[in-house]
Amino acid sequence: MGDWRTITVPVLSSDSKNILSYTSEKKTSPTSMNSQVLRLSLPSSKNMHSFFSAFCTEENLEQSISYIDRELTTLGFPSIYAESKGRELNLVSIINCMNELLVLQHKNLRAQEEAEMQHMKLGSDMDHLQNCYAKLKEQLELSKREVVGLQERDRQLQSKNRNLHQLLKNEKDEVQKLQNIISSRATQYNHDMKRKEREYNKLKERLHQLVMNKKDKKIAMEILNCVGRADGKRGAWRTDKTEARNEEEMYKVLLSDYEQRQKQLLLENAELKKVLQQMKKDIISLLPPQKQKPKEKSEDGLVLSDQEEDIGDLNKENMWELSCETVREQLTNSIRKQWRMLKNHVEKLDNQVSRGHSGALNEKDVISREDHELETEKLELEIQQCKEMIKTQQQLLQQQLTCDDDTTLLLQDCYLLEERERLQEEWRLFREQKRNFEKERKSFTEAAIRLGLERKAFEEDRGTWLKHQFLTMTADCNNPNATTPSSEPDIRLVKSASRQRKPPSLLSTPISAEPCQTSQYIAQNSVASEKPTADNMPNLWVESDDKEETE
Amino acid sequence: ASCVQHRLVVRDASSLQLLQLYTCLDQIQYIEWSSDSLFILCALYKRGIVQVWSLEQPAWHCRIDEGSAGLVASCWSPDGRHILNTTEFHLRITVWSLCTKSVSYIKYPKACQQGVVFTKDGRYMAVAERRDCKDFISIFVCSNWQLLRHFDTETQDLSGIEWAPNGCVLAAWDTCLEYKVLLYSLDGRLLSSFRAYEWPLGVKSVAWSPSSQFLAIGSFDEKVRILNHVTWKKITELDHPATVASKKTIVYKEVEKSPTVDTERLSFPPTRELASSLFSTQSKYDISQVPVSLQYVKPVADRANPKVGVGMLAFSADNCFLATKNDNIPNAVWIWDIRKLKLSVVLEQLCTIQCFQWDPCQPRLAVCTGTSRVYLWSPAGCMVVQVPGEGDFQIVSLSWHSSGDSMVLLSKDNFCVCYLEREEV
Repeated sequence: MGDWRTITVPVLSSDSKNILSYTSEKKTSPTSMNSQVLRLSLPSSKNMHSFFSAFCTEENLEQSISYIDRELTTLGFPSIYAESKGRELNLVSIINCMNELLVLQHKNLRAQEEAEMQHMKLGSDMDHLQNCYAKLKEQLELSKREVVGLQERDRQLQSKNRNLHQLLKNEKDEVQKLQNIISSRATQYNHDMKRKEREYNKLKERLHQLVMNKKDKKIAMEILNCVGRADGKRGAWRTDKTEARNEEEMYKVLLSDYEQRQKQLLLENAELKKVLQQMKKDIISLLPPQKQKPKEKSEDGLVLSDQEEDIGDLNKENMWELSCETVREQLTNSIRKQWRMLKNHVEKLDNQVSRGHSGALNEKDVISREDHELETEKLELEIQQCKEMIKTQQQLLQQQLTCDDDTTLLLQDCYLLEERERLQEEWRLFREQKRNFEKERKSFTEAAIRLGLERKAFEEDRGTWLKHQFLTMTADCNNPNATTPSSEPDIRLVKSASRQRKPPSLLSTPISAEPCQTSQYIAQNSVASEKPTADNMPNLWVESDDKEETE
Repeated sequence: ASCVQHRLVVRDASSLQLLQLYTCLDQIQYIEWSSDSLFILCALYKRGIVQVWSLEQPAWHCRIDEGSAGLVASCWSPDGRHILNTTEFHLRITVWSLCTKSVSYIKYPKACQQGVVFTKDGRYMAVAERRDCKDFISIFVCSNWQLLRHFDTETQDLSGIEWAPNGCVLAAWDTCLEYKVLLYSLDGRLLSSFRAYEWPLGVKSVAWSPSSQFLAIGSFDEKVRILNHVTWKKITELDHPATVASKKTIVYKEVEKSPTVDTERLSFPPTRELASSLFSTQSKYDISQVPVSLQYVKPVADRANPKVGVGMLAFSADNCFLATKNDNIPNAVWIWDIRKLKLSVVLEQLCTIQCFQWDPCQPRLAVCTGTSRVYLWSPAGCMVVQVPGEGDFQIVSLSWHSSGDSMVLLSKDNFCVCYLEREEV
């Protein structure tokens, strides 16, 4: 047998022919096996036997087994020999090795498949990319060419443009030149015309002279009889007065025309102003109440309200004064402002609507259309309800106003009761006061009675005293020291009077402090010989009291 | 009144009955009624004679002889008692008075298309004059022919003047070489001057609105510019393009109707009526769909007074419409609504428009194109009226009666009166 050289790891190939050739060669020269590369291919069923028989024959069995064992051990598999280094083969290990090899083979096959798949994929990707690349290159080429073409065109157009500009300039220059030429020719023609005209005038003058000089008898007017003037007036001489009158009339005509026009314009103006005012009001009503920038708006509002007030005042005043400049300006300015505000507002609304359409509902101010509609519906319902309520209330009111007699009587009775109670109160007060007055009167009368009694007593005392005095005086004529006792009886009388007065004062009620005074006054009065009048009243009372007393 | 050769024929307007017949010395070139309709003047330019006839007194006669001075134009004054004769070469204007047999002269009158104008109320007369190559305007008081104002105008060559109907403003415009319209007040002050552009040909025709509110200026650039009486500034420009594109204008197109011939009734020799009906073409109006392109005539470039621009302007009596004719588009009448300042109607005819005139009472326009038909337009619609009769009656011009009930249609040799029936309300 030949030497076993290291056999290189066979390359996988799907070429079964090589195997055939190899196997055929193997038979011819066994040594050539060493130098030849074993080509392990996915064995087809046909070549199975030949392949298997190529490696191990009956002759080199031992060698092949040892070779296999060596290979397996190098690969990490357990030896196929039994433990003893004899020639006994460990079947189990062989089977295991075989199994392992099969598994390995399966794995390898799978890996191979995967690798092939990957390879194919990559190959197709590559193809695809190459195609794309080719296409893009083409496109790039095309676009480059296009760009170049466009650049070329652009250049051409620019040059054309420049040419046209140049042409335009030339044309303009020409036009200018022509205009100059025209103007110069026009002046020349005018000059010539004037010259010719002067000649012509001269001729006319000459002709005129000739015509007039000829004293043509033919130039005459033959008329049967003079016709009266159309308006029946006589002709007037031409004087300064008539001239002045003519001027006057002319100016009158002009003035009347101007006045008429001015009236028309004033009327128009007034109407337009009315329209503007209305427009302003409408615009103001259309604008929503301003929340943002209150300062500015309030200022504006204040200004506007001032202006409005002014204009309103002016409107109330004489209309013709509205034609002054400042008022007109104010009106137009205020309308412009309002219009601008309205425009801004409408623009805002438009923006909102557009934003709402685009779906950005982030802002609080924006209300989507559906919500808006819902709200409007709600509001309408509310309005309906309120209206109904108002209607029912109105009906009730109506009923109340035109209700039947019972309720009215009740109402009236209520009012009457109120009044009666009030009256009763007043009556009570009145009666109280009356009682008080009665009491006072009683005290007065008592005081008066007492006073009368006291007066009687006083008169009696006075009489007795006078009698006594008289007696003492006659007695004192006999007795000259009777002066002091005269005073005594006075004093005694006074004392007695006072004493007599005091107990009645004590007896009288405490209220009678005043009655005392009054009784004194009455007493004085009675002493002052106003008896009848003063006594009338107390007499009356006295009488009544006496009556009372007697009763 | 009408004149035939050297005879003046006066007829009644409603019945065309012959009333008077007068004979003049020579062929009459021009006749004019006096303002009170009592007199008629017949001007015989060739002879330089003006003859005046009275209607009330047929025996009365008057003859004014200008002699060697010649006669170029003659007209009545508004009071009906003076005649203004313009002598040849516009040497002077002679004012002959029928009441006093006196004569006055106005020197240096201007030879322009409208040199002597009277105010509507007949109080003032404006005369365009030219002295020393400068234009002047003189204003005279018609009652006593006294010069009221005399002032110069800033025009190169005054081409025409016109009073506003209210008698307070006088419009004066320059020659067509220079676009300039000047407005003067009655007392001679220059109120305003208007110039639309500088070099192209200028003003062709001018018309005042009856209320004196607007002044319409038609120019050679095919536009009408309307000025307002408050500021004398242009309020609008009305353009006359060859293509009418606006959706709101109605375009009436005159279409020929081929006459229907009843072949059975043909007889030999053909009767006159049949012949005339065969050869005369009927026509009616059709409404064309907008956009419509009208027949456009390119003007000859190197001739003077080219047929370009707005040559005819007329306001309606109620101040609501303005009728214009653009000479470039000679077959069309453009009717503008003044209240909206928009083109409201275009009438497209088959032939060139010769003349149009508004009814003095209503917004009714009568148009004639040289055919034997007269065309009427009103806001209610438009219609074609055939002049009945034998042969051709080519209407060259027309004139309304002051009551608006009838109008006179004139052809070269004949005239006829068209009576319009009033609608029974």
